[in-house]
Amino acid sequence: MTVAVASGKGGTGKTTVAVSLALSREGPASLVDCDVEEPNAHLFFRPTIEESIPVEMLVPEVDAARCTRCGACGRACRYHAIVALGAEPIVFPDLCHACGGCMLACPEGAIREVPFRIGVVERGRAGTLAFAQGRLDVGHAMAVPVIRTLHGAAYGPGLTVIDAPPGTSCPVVASVRGADAVLLVTEPTPFGLNDLALAVGMVRTLGVPFGVLINRSDIGDASVRGYCAREEIPVLMEIPEDRRIAEAYSRGMPAVAAVPELLFRFRELADRLAGLAAAQPARVRA
Amino acid sequence: MKIAVTAKGNGLSAEVDERFGRAACFVLYDTETKAASTIDNGQSVNAASGAGIQAAETVARAGIQCLITGHCGPKAFRTLSSAGIRVYNGATGTVADAIAAFEQGRLAQASAADVDSHW
Repeated sequence: MTVAVASGKGGTGKTTVAVSLALSREGPASLVDCDVEEPNAHLFFRPTIEESIPVEMLVPEVDAARCTRCGACGRACRYHAIVALGAEPIVFPDLCHACGGCMLACPEGAIREVPFRIGVVERGRAGTLAFAQGRLDVGHAMAVPVIRTLHGAAYGPGLTVIDAPPGTSCPVVASVRGADAVLLVTEPTPFGLNDLALAVGMVRTLGVPFGVLINRSDIGDASVRGYCAREEIPVLMEIPEDRRIAEAYSRGMPAVAAVPELLFRFRELADRLAGLAAAQPARVRA
Repeated sequence: MKIAVTAKGNGLSAEVDERFGRAACFVLYDTETKAASTIDNGQSVNAASGAGIQAAETVARAGIQCLITGHCGPKAFRTLSSAGIRVYNGATGTVADAIAAFEQGRLAQASAADVDSHW
């Protein structure tokens, strides 16, 4: 089973929950950190990296001898990654989405695609836990190709826990797509509720079964619980504010190491997620 | 000669917008006929990325030879240069002030970008 841990709002505890969910598993488990702009799950169990796979995109290269300066390539590109204003086209690889449209538009066959490195996928292990993470190179913005490569490389037997980036944009969709169930981590505050509702819209569109985990559940107000009740969204777990978890986090220790009784609660959570996935198979697959 | 000045509004009395890619408007001016017109840059203002390149395409299509602005970043500068457009930075005041400064030779032609991307 693959569970994606996501949230609309950042800082609600996705990584804390994802790491604890994976570590509390008694059978084989994998943790996949899809927050490729700032992967941090590794800080909590210090895996040994055994393999690094470079992630490349295909970007255009123009053969100046064959180019007639017609400008068709520039007109085909909605991202302004290739521009031709009566002169030899200029390519801006960091804006390219690797769609190949300019190559198709070129009537002279003057454009070919060449690899352009944007990041790396790393695989490793910490004890019995398999681990994979993506890292986008500094200065690059295309997270989705790194996440797709990571998905292709990541899966082992047993439970796979995906730590998704925050928000509801393309990198989150790419991270969540293909999961059997999604766990949306939120906090019971107006900010948490606003961003939870956006995330709910996203996972409903994707057709993946989901439930909510309310972190720091004894702060804030009752609006998140009311929203979940109205929308018939199962609240799968609540974690009260606990200084021991915050102190452990600050030292790079997983919550389940600091608060051992959480182990059993995270095992129950995994069972509930499996129940959700069994009751409503995901509509959209990777 | 046709020139463009980055502006916060329409016409010669508008204030110069020191940004190029996300300038609100471009005031076009013909130094021979003294005719002025304004084109909107809203599409680039709201672009997620590539605003400078898109703005450069807009002014290139307008057929200008010189661009007068406050600052110009690397992607915009490369795109403008490829279209044969000369760039003059450091304009201030109204569009009319900037045109006067340009015509009196008080603005220096830029040989490279003077700011980083997304300054």
